[in-house]
Amino acid sequence: MAKTLYEKVWDSHIVAQVEGEAPLIYVDRHLVHEVTSPQAFSGLEVAGRQLRAPEKTFATMDHNTSTKSASLDALSPMARTQVETLASNCKKFGIRLYDIHHKNQGIVHVMGPELGITLPGTVIVCGDSHTATHGAFGALAFGIGTSEVEHVMATQTLRQLKAKTMKIEVRGHVADGITAKDIVLAIIGKIGMDGGTGYVVEFCGEAIEALTMEGRMTVCNMAIEMGAKAGMIAPDQTTIDYVQGREFAPKGVAWEQAVAAWQQLRSDEGAVFDASVVLEAKDIAPQLTWGTNPGQVVAIDQAVPSPESADNATARTSIEKALEYVALDAGTLMTDVSINKVFIGSCTNSRIEDLRSAANQAKGRQVAQGVTAIVVPGSGLVKEQAEAEGLDKIFIDAGFEWRLPGCSMCLAMNDDRLEAGDRCASTSNRNFEGRQGRGSRTHLVSPAMAAAAAVAGHFVDIRKDY
Amino acid sequence: MEAFTTHTGLAVMIDSANVDTDQIIPKQFLSKVTRDGFGVHLFHDWRYLDDAGDQPNPEFTLNQPRYKGASILLSQENFGCGSSREHAPWALADFGLRVIIAPSFADIFYGNSINNGLLPVKLTDAQVQQLMDEVVAQEGAKITVDLAALTVTAPSGDVFSFSIADSARHNLLNGLDAIGLSLSHQDKIESYERNIPAWRA
Repeated sequence: MAKTLYEKVWDSHIVAQVEGEAPLIYVDRHLVHEVTSPQAFSGLEVAGRQLRAPEKTFATMDHNTSTKSASLDALSPMARTQVETLASNCKKFGIRLYDIHHKNQGIVHVMGPELGITLPGTVIVCGDSHTATHGAFGALAFGIGTSEVEHVMATQTLRQLKAKTMKIEVRGHVADGITAKDIVLAIIGKIGMDGGTGYVVEFCGEAIEALTMEGRMTVCNMAIEMGAKAGMIAPDQTTIDYVQGREFAPKGVAWEQAVAAWQQLRSDEGAVFDASVVLEAKDIAPQLTWGTNPGQVVAIDQAVPSPESADNATARTSIEKALEYVALDAGTLMTDVSINKVFIGSCTNSRIEDLRSAANQAKGRQVAQGVTAIVVPGSGLVKEQAEAEGLDKIFIDAGFEWRLPGCSMCLAMNDDRLEAGDRCASTSNRNFEGRQGRGSRTHLVSPAMAAAAAVAGHFVDIRKDY
Repeated sequence: MEAFTTHTGLAVMIDSANVDTDQIIPKQFLSKVTRDGFGVHLFHDWRYLDDAGDQPNPEFTLNQPRYKGASILLSQENFGCGSSREHAPWALADFGLRVIIAPSFADIFYGNSINNGLLPVKLTDAQVQQLMDEVVAQEGAKITVDLAALTVTAPSGDVFSFSIADSARHNLLNGLDAIGLSLSHQDKIESYERNIPAWRA
């Protein structure tokens, strides 16, 4: 029977399927960070259980770390306790840890792929919803809660119900200047922030195939922002070229076997999806969110929508509440919206290609008066690469701050936080109320749009001169 | 995990769609290394006027005297969207909630709740609206949720059926330790591991 990509990976990971129980599936790689793991480790200890596969478990510190200093002294007392707890747990249970002093340290979803931990055809989990990122490689990757983190630690498996399947095809080619972020925001705008709930989404079509791995990661990263369990893209030569030679990627005969296996990882002709969505790439303009969820998105040449545009009462109330929170009037052109903060970073958009794209806008220009802009590379390796290319200098010369790797202002657990009333052009993934700081307003954009907004002091259409 | 069989309690509502986990428990409270004590921070930014949490917002339903002691929360579609933080169900349960009733839930939150003995119940838009209307109309109105019978009984006596995966229902009814259950399949895990190809070993 013809199978989808998801069904192939799912079928190859079933450990047990017992009547009356949810299927037990195998986990190939478990990524761990400081915020969602301490209670799982202590649960193991209380129950006297062992970590089943320390060699398949990889830890880093990212959510709570400082981007200003690689010293523990820069952390709040609670944050410090949390990172120290991770360090002691990793030591106790024999887990490889990239701590704040290690060159491989970084956002967990940047670190995994660049070290070759993320492989096509694997099941990857992490106590973080943006684990969906790794689906860019044709892995089945999804976020889990701390109880499940403990379950994976103890058993290297998870209880999962099989998801429904959705195909999202982006046909044709995007116009110049349109990035992966614009594609995924356009998709979320079309299906809504819960349009993918209950589904594993496969992204396909020429516009997806044309993306680099960095771009594919941006798209899959935001699968969770449409509510999907996971997002996946079939591996191809772009994927194979990216993985080859990375530290934890298979080598020698195992590599040959891997490539042979990965070449089978695509949805079969005639495979049936439970739902299908089609977008025409040529219709996608630069996107940005105006409201308080990622589905409240418009194109740069559009205006803030009015509550009357909603098709039901709940949506109308949502728009009204969002307009009040973001302090924008319906009908305002997005290019007239001023910002005073810019954040370039996060597991969505902090990879080398993202930084190049932002630097391209910043080069030879200056951050507008009254705007504070920070650039937070996704990992130590991204930072090193960017500095080798001189991107740090471009940013600093233009008035951006160049920081140390971490999640930073995406969720603002550390001291990179907006103040009430701040309005931020952010390359991150969530524009929920208070996400970047209580009373602050977030507009999700691509790295190029964020850098351009920093320079202009308001949103601009990067397809035109500004 | 605490077993869940049947529960009767006072209901409170948050009449919004897409209540996300950043609202349920904002990030500034995620730095703890234990599972307890999150209830005081539940819905912090909506519930308190100040950052310290000293000034309750009188407009917010959970602060209103008539809903004090509520153990059932009614809300709208896509409840629990966003982050995978299990601190969200920990905070809801620590506050004293046993059941969340909404037209739909985000996937990760839904699973996390079940793993903590907090029952997520999906009803139709109209049924949720009826429950909200009845709860507003009558102070002290109680709702009964019966997991064995898979029913919700409204204050008016109307009975609504709901569904939940058999496996989740079984675990909740019996308060089962999911890890213990999975470890009983140790032989199958070992057998699976012996057959993993070298490239993903």
